[in-house]
Amino acid sequence: MAARDQHGKSAPWSPTPGGEPQFQVVGTAQRKVDGLAKATGQALYTDDIRLPGMLHAKILRSPHAHARIRSIDCSAALALPGVHAVLTGASMPIKYGVIPWTPDENALAVDKVRFIGDEVAAVAAVDEETANEALKRIRVDYEVLPAVFAPEEALTRTDVQIHENPEKPGRGNLSKHVRLEFGDVEQGFASADVVVEGRYRFHGTTHAPIEPHCAVAQVAPDGVLTLWSATQITHYVHRALARVLELPESQIRVIQPALGGAFGGKSDPFALEFCVAKLALVTGRPVKMLWTREEVFYAHRGRHPMQLAYKTGIKRDGRLTAVDAKILIDGGAYSSFGLVTTYYSGQLLTGPYDFPAYRYDSTRVFTNKPPCGPKRGHGSVQPRFAFEVQLDELCERIGMDPIEVRRRNWHGENTQTVNGQRITSSGFLQCLEAVERASGWKQRRGRLPFGRGLGVAGSMYISGTNYPIYPNKMPQAGIQLKVDRSGLVMAFTGGNDIGQGSSTLVRSIVAEELGLDPRDVRVLAADTDLCPVDLGAYSSRVTFMVGNATIDAARKLRRLIQGAVADSWQVSPQRVFMGRGEVFDLEDRSRRISTREAFHIAEERHDTLGSTGSYNTPTLGGDYRGGTIGASPAYSFTAHAVEVQVDTETGRIRVENCWIAHDCGRAINPMLVAGQMEGSAYMGIAEALMEEHDINRHGLHAGPSLLDYRIPTSVDTPELHALIVESLDPEGPYGAKEAGEGPLHPALPAISNAVFDAVGIRLRELPFSPGKVLDLLEQRAASSPSGRLHRTPSALEEARP
Amino acid sequence: MLRMRPFEVVRPTTVEAAVAALIQHGPGAVPIAGGTDLLPNLKHELLGPSHLVALGGIPELFGISRGADGGLRIGAMTPLDEIAASELVRGEAAVLAQAAGLVAGPQLRRMGTLGGNVMLDTRCQWYNQTYFWRSALGFCMKKDGTVCHVVKGGSKCVAAASNDSAPALTVLGAELEFAGPAGSRRVPIQELWRADGIHNKKVESGEILVAAHLPPQPKGRRSAYGKLRERGSIDYPLFGVAVRFDLDPRGAFSDVQGAVVALAARPLELKGLAELFAGLSPEHPDFEAAVEAAGQAAYKQCHPLANIPGDAAYRRRMVPVYVKRTLRAAARGQGPVHHV
Repeated sequence: MAARDQHGKSAPWSPTPGGEPQFQVVGTAQRKVDGLAKATGQALYTDDIRLPGMLHAKILRSPHAHARIRSIDCSAALALPGVHAVLTGASMPIKYGVIPWTPDENALAVDKVRFIGDEVAAVAAVDEETANEALKRIRVDYEVLPAVFAPEEALTRTDVQIHENPEKPGRGNLSKHVRLEFGDVEQGFASADVVVEGRYRFHGTTHAPIEPHCAVAQVAPDGVLTLWSATQITHYVHRALARVLELPESQIRVIQPALGGAFGGKSDPFALEFCVAKLALVTGRPVKMLWTREEVFYAHRGRHPMQLAYKTGIKRDGRLTAVDAKILIDGGAYSSFGLVTTYYSGQLLTGPYDFPAYRYDSTRVFTNKPPCGPKRGHGSVQPRFAFEVQLDELCERIGMDPIEVRRRNWHGENTQTVNGQRITSSGFLQCLEAVERASGWKQRRGRLPFGRGLGVAGSMYISGTNYPIYPNKMPQAGIQLKVDRSGLVMAFTGGNDIGQGSSTLVRSIVAEELGLDPRDVRVLAADTDLCPVDLGAYSSRVTFMVGNATIDAARKLRRLIQGAVADSWQVSPQRVFMGRGEVFDLEDRSRRISTREAFHIAEERHDTLGSTGSYNTPTLGGDYRGGTIGASPAYSFTAHAVEVQVDTETGRIRVENCWIAHDCGRAINPMLVAGQMEGSAYMGIAEALMEEHDINRHGLHAGPSLLDYRIPTSVDTPELHALIVESLDPEGPYGAKEAGEGPLHPALPAISNAVFDAVGIRLRELPFSPGKVLDLLEQRAASSPSGRLHRTPSALEEARP
Repeated sequence: MLRMRPFEVVRPTTVEAAVAALIQHGPGAVPIAGGTDLLPNLKHELLGPSHLVALGGIPELFGISRGADGGLRIGAMTPLDEIAASELVRGEAAVLAQAAGLVAGPQLRRMGTLGGNVMLDTRCQWYNQTYFWRSALGFCMKKDGTVCHVVKGGSKCVAAASNDSAPALTVLGAELEFAGPAGSRRVPIQELWRADGIHNKKVESGEILVAAHLPPQPKGRRSAYGKLRERGSIDYPLFGVAVRFDLDPRGAFSDVQGAVVALAARPLELKGLAELFAGLSPEHPDFEAAVEAAGQAAYKQCHPLANIPGDAAYRRRMVPVYVKRTLRAAARGQGPVHHV
């Protein structure tokens, strides 16, 4: 049910002349349902599962970046005592892909391998040591093929075909091309007073969740296959397993145990899930596979490297006139979510600013590297970086304050973007105000000593989209509530709690709607046998969609209970109020019973109590091919102000403060919202300053370990200030929107813009390594007439005409 | 998780028993101190010992004490965090306390030992990787292969000495006490090294490091350590520099010594520092010019290779910066020089 059908045009949580509605749970800090279990070590992760007779599986990976498999000889491996089964690509030849239009992956390589680390064979044995030993005995005869690592080269080399395309050989290694134009771009540039063009580069980063991927499979005597997996999208794994294993979906059960982080890196179906399932079917024994940290780096699906060329026009009054983007996206060896990434690289830039005209031309290519995919802020972090840095250059050119320019271009509320996305609520102006005030912007920006500076950037992100990955008209989120005579309400949700707190959200909403203590609500999540379908934890859809579905189910249940109690009391249902664990008559407060008693009354009258609820998006998006991609029922907005200190001798940038103002609609649980804001900003800062998913000249990951892939430690992390802005979206649950991905985006460009304020150089390529900073400082010193780097009154004037 | 191949653990309680165990089990026996470097190396199949000789049960390898000569004796098994926090070491050998305090991160300094850090294997981006990774590369001359990926056509391994303690002990004039089948020997730390990344220490089979001995430190000695690394914790040095100044009773420099690490296979001593600072004092108007000259001299002398991860050109640019900053810090009795 769409939110507007459910709540009417004026949502019940819209501010009324009488003031804010009163909530008991919503808006209060609630501990995570699994917080203590995780903190005390009780939470059961996939690797904690140990089943009787369980075998351990390992995967043989390709040592070549590109090769044809002539033959595989598994006989020596099978002969090793303790080895139960060996699989190769021939065992599971059906291709899959998370996007149904681009199924180009096999559980194990069939005929070809496409990057170093590509999966070739799998062994199940009595223990990991035996499985590892067996891997060394598998003989693979490879015909090594030329490999391409640079996207420009991949685009032009038609002699190297990473994915053969006999029908369209001219496509070369093209994965996806999108070119869309809105408004009159040329006219926009013609009417501009200043046009700036620039080239920007995003280097590629990965998720680095603490928990590596892990899966366990078991086949029951009746043939039902159960898979426990560290996934963030149970439903798609379920579908993919059925397809590849050629089993009916009804014969498969997928469960997500406690999860140690995902960030988008556990969104695809992965080889280990198919392999343990197939090995369990073949051996008749439970099978587990736990990937090493190195294997997680090969599984990757991290943020795509992009080369971005932007051209933007602006008028002297600060209004943007046109934006033109050309983007080359390095996809790695497989499609993964790449079709969506290619669209997102253009579709999600059209707010919070009004573009009169916009064009983007995005090309994703295959290269012989670990496949890229969705990482927190999927597809839009890279273009946002480029655009927000370019916007700062435009501000400098027209001599206007960067916050003022962003304010002047704000698209407003209840409007539409140039590419046809519907905007409902937008608290972007409050976000700008919040960071302007908190950072002391007006007093400090441009006036700090040389080496210290302030920068700002803004962004917009989706709260889920109406594009359900595979075409269907069924709800995107479903939930079921079961009422127990003990007074407990059990919620069954397909929503994946990946640490972001989705189960806690469900508990809070059920408690709010039924007037219960949150401890009287328990949540069972992400078990395909027990829970209704939910499309999972991605695209920042959970709070909005699962939240609305939960409200739907809880209100149905409330009406049932209110009706039964009203009937029993011989009053109208409007007089029956549920709150604080009690049910009472609004007109006679002496008439009150516990909620538990009310449950009994309702069960006597209505039979066993329960309800279902669902959410589906309204029709959204532009009327053109791809117009529904990135079309969200509500957008979140963010502004960051960042304060940096640049050491001009070492080139090192130190972020001193990051003020994060984020419009999440309503903070249903402010503690979790602030946590997501801080975590997002941390991740963005890490990508800007340190992280680099680097493939070396041999096609090898340069350092597939948490020693060499450097994510900041606590001592490297700046002060993060979360400033929550609530715009009360008319369709969000209690007005809520997303908070888990949007607050990442502005960190990267805001740092670049702050470095400009600090030392007068423009960082257009990520990461902002100290060597790059030194190079630019030297160039600046060489080009300035005095050769001086220090901020002097004349230099100040030069920088800000 | 990466698995280790099976091995036996021997737990001697005396130095003699440890040496005997190493001799008895031959080349397959490897001593283990804190294990913070050895265990990852075992998982990477950089070595495949049949026996680990655990040194943690030998009391005489632990602790910081005053030697008969008035210097300090630091047992090889003394944890790095104990050295960093020791009032004795901080007071008399600041550079060592600073260097120990900047090794890796807090948990690793609790497990990691001075002896383990001195005896640390050299490191290289083409070497400190899993067996699978190295096999995809085609291996390298340090382990399982024949070529060098750092220096094209190179005939000698240039994996980098990466022990922060080495330059610190060098400028303090430390001697290392080894026990072996032939008994005990003491060797000045400068004489330990060989310019060979495969085995960069002159150690006989069956020998273990027992202690580091610091000679009595003269009054008026000031020292500091500078460490370049990417993060504020955990990381091995991208460049490390130890500096020691001796001041005469009038407050003028009587001697200066510097040593650096994380360039190539062995730590290096910086040349010519004593001459540059002769007759100067920290407050002398020419002090800063001497610091500049020392930075330039270090830049000429030090050539970081693309052996450890990170940008070798940037590491070279940082040589004079870190040398100069560490000289200034040491002269003022400050330090360490580190970005956080």
